[in-house]
Amino acid sequence: MAKILVKPEVCIGCHLCEVWCAVAHSKSKNLIKAFMYEDPKPLPRVAVEEDLPLTFPLQCRHCDEPDCVSACISGALHKDPESGRVIHDKERCVGCYSCVLVCPYGNVFIDHENRKIVKCDLCAGLDMPYCVSNCPNEALIYVSDS
Amino acid sequence: MQKFNYLIIGNSAGAVGCIEGLRTVDKNGTIAVVSEESHHVYSRALIPYYLDGKVNKENMHYRPQDFYQRAGVTLFSGQRASEVHFDTKEVVMAGGERLGYEKLLLATGGKPIVPPIPGLDKSNVFTFLSMDDVLKIEKSLAGAKDAVVLGGGVIGLMAAEVLKKKGLNVHVLELAPRVLAPVIDETASDIVESSFKEVGVEIATNNTIQEIHGQETVDKIVLKDGTVLSCDLLVVGVGVSPRVDLVANTAIKIERGIVVDQKMQTSVPDVYACGDCASIYDFITGENRPLPLWPNAYSGGRVAAFNMAGKSRYYTWGTGMNSMHFFDTNIINAGMNVSEENDQNLEIITKVEKEKRIYRKFVINEQGHIKGFALIGEVARAGILLNLIRSKVDVRPFKQKLLEEDFGYAHMHEELRWQLLKDDVVLGVI
Ligand SMILES: Cc1cc2nc3c(=O)[nH]c(=O)nc-3n(C[C@H](O)[C@H](O)[C@H](O)COP(=O)(O)OP(=O)(O)OC[C@H]3O[C@@H](n4cnc5c(N)ncnc54)[C@H](O)[C@@H]3O)c2cc1C
Ligand code: SF4
Ligand code: SF4
Repeated sequence: MAKILVKPEVCIGCHLCEVWCAVAHSKSKNLIKAFMYEDPKPLPRVAVEEDLPLTFPLQCRHCDEPDCVSACISGALHKDPESGRVIHDKERCVGCYSCVLVCPYGNVFIDHENRKIVKCDLCAGLDMPYCVSNCPNEALIYVSDS
Repeated sequence: MQKFNYLIIGNSAGAVGCIEGLRTVDKNGTIAVVSEESHHVYSRALIPYYLDGKVNKENMHYRPQDFYQRAGVTLFSGQRASEVHFDTKEVVMAGGERLGYEKLLLATGGKPIVPPIPGLDKSNVFTFLSMDDVLKIEKSLAGAKDAVVLGGGVIGLMAAEVLKKKGLNVHVLELAPRVLAPVIDETASDIVESSFKEVGVEIATNNTIQEIHGQETVDKIVLKDGTVLSCDLLVVGVGVSPRVDLVANTAIKIERGIVVDQKMQTSVPDVYACGDCASIYDFITGENRPLPLWPNAYSGGRVAAFNMAGKSRYYTWGTGMNSMHFFDTNIINAGMNVSEENDQNLEIITKVEKEKRIYRKFVINEQGHIKGFALIGEVARAGILLNLIRSKVDVRPFKQKLLEEDFGYAHMHEELRWQLLKDDVVLGVI
């Protein structure tokens, strides 16, 4: 199962993973366009935890037995048996936030404006998640299946 | 007589949890589901969203149309199981057909509680539990002006909110002194009541129906305190009780719900139960009780599946937990609901700004373990708190930090943090 690991001592707290995550999930996939012109503004699906000087991001773990999937009342969340990704279907989501209640990592993010959630999809369709490839200090490692 | 390796009675969250669990460990065993309702498997928790127009009929479905086919499940749709014979391992259907089983799961859910008030059988009185209920309510909305909701619990309040949004005058009647009393404390109830009152929903506490007037339909309701309400639509949203009729006169142990152990096994060999019909292990209190919530039904079904297929698993993380929202106010709570003056040795810490509808509250025991929490307003990352309960962490060293909205793993002491995140971080690289 694929997931993203972090080296907390290497993280410099620049929050660029959040920025690039939002870009990866924007319409234009372009940093300037995404933040300047897109409406709604793209949201990140990763958050850097901070209690300075400590900083480290935590991505969705794409759990083997995902609590978020068990809790989802609409069927919007499911674990893809092939890729191991825990995938969210925005169309089905009703914003009940049951998944927020159960995710042990606090990795379900609330999209208040649309009353829905957003979560990490490991940048489906890309070879390497944007947060990993854009971390300037290489604090993130992508661990794939093998 | 057809015979199945696995037979499931009921077709909802618990059943789906079981089917998906079974198919991860047993690809070939035969599975059958008996479903009294003839709709494709749907989520009853979406009923308020459907009535509100947020979810269409298609998206009421909890799993895709080809779910049974792909999972290799034989579905007996629109058929009720009427008897179970544990000695011969057979289920008798209402039509007389018999089905044999090796392992049986009872996932028969809940039935609406309808108080014994004369007149509740009239044609404009509805419960708020099934697809058929909501389709009937939808039809009767045209021309309706005044709605009364009996019950100020989660289901009643959800119904009240949608009816208000549909433009009706709404009165909620609650017998207790406050709404949601079994779920949240006084402060939280106050906040919820204020959000209803602000938009003009009347909430009458310490009150209930004294008399119902009308011929075929309810026209007027006289309350206990003498108030008279006109009524075009009456929703009974008092709650659910475990549906145990199928096994009521058998040897199976029932205490409010069908009693199961942590493997979701009942007192009868090879018979399992989960969801709203069961009385399950609450890991926070250590006792069994009905915990009629979606996550408990699904996870209970999944755990049952592993055990039914011969692989030991325990459901040890079920408890009372709710994620609710009324108008724009988000609420998440889990575990024990104790008021601030509790007679047990529990410490309560809170942060409250009532006007802003912000509340954070934690119940902490003598060992420093969180036993319950409630969040109103900012509910983000609530799952971390639930994880602290599950992991039985002593939170005293950082308890004040819990009251901050951005609380996370960063605010715990180092040793604990890396212990909880050991599979997720790489330490010691510089
Ligand atoms: C309006 C509403 C909103 C809710 N919102 C939430 C929420 O936001 N979060 C949450 O956690 N929970 C919520 N719940 C609770 C949640 O829906 C239930 O906990 C869940 O549906 C329980 O699933 P279950 O599988 O135990 O049974 P149920 O969903 O009750 O289904 C049981 C099924 O079994 C069938 N059945 C019963 N007896 C027989 C028989 N003898 N033969 C054949 N079939 C039979 C019934 O017809 C029914 O279809 C809500 C409930 C309601 C009503
Ligand atoms: S959102 Fe949370 S519970 Fe769901 S897979 Fe990701 S880490 Fe696990
Ligand atoms: S917020 Fe959306 S994804 Fe999360 S549990 Fe509710 S419906 Fe499912």
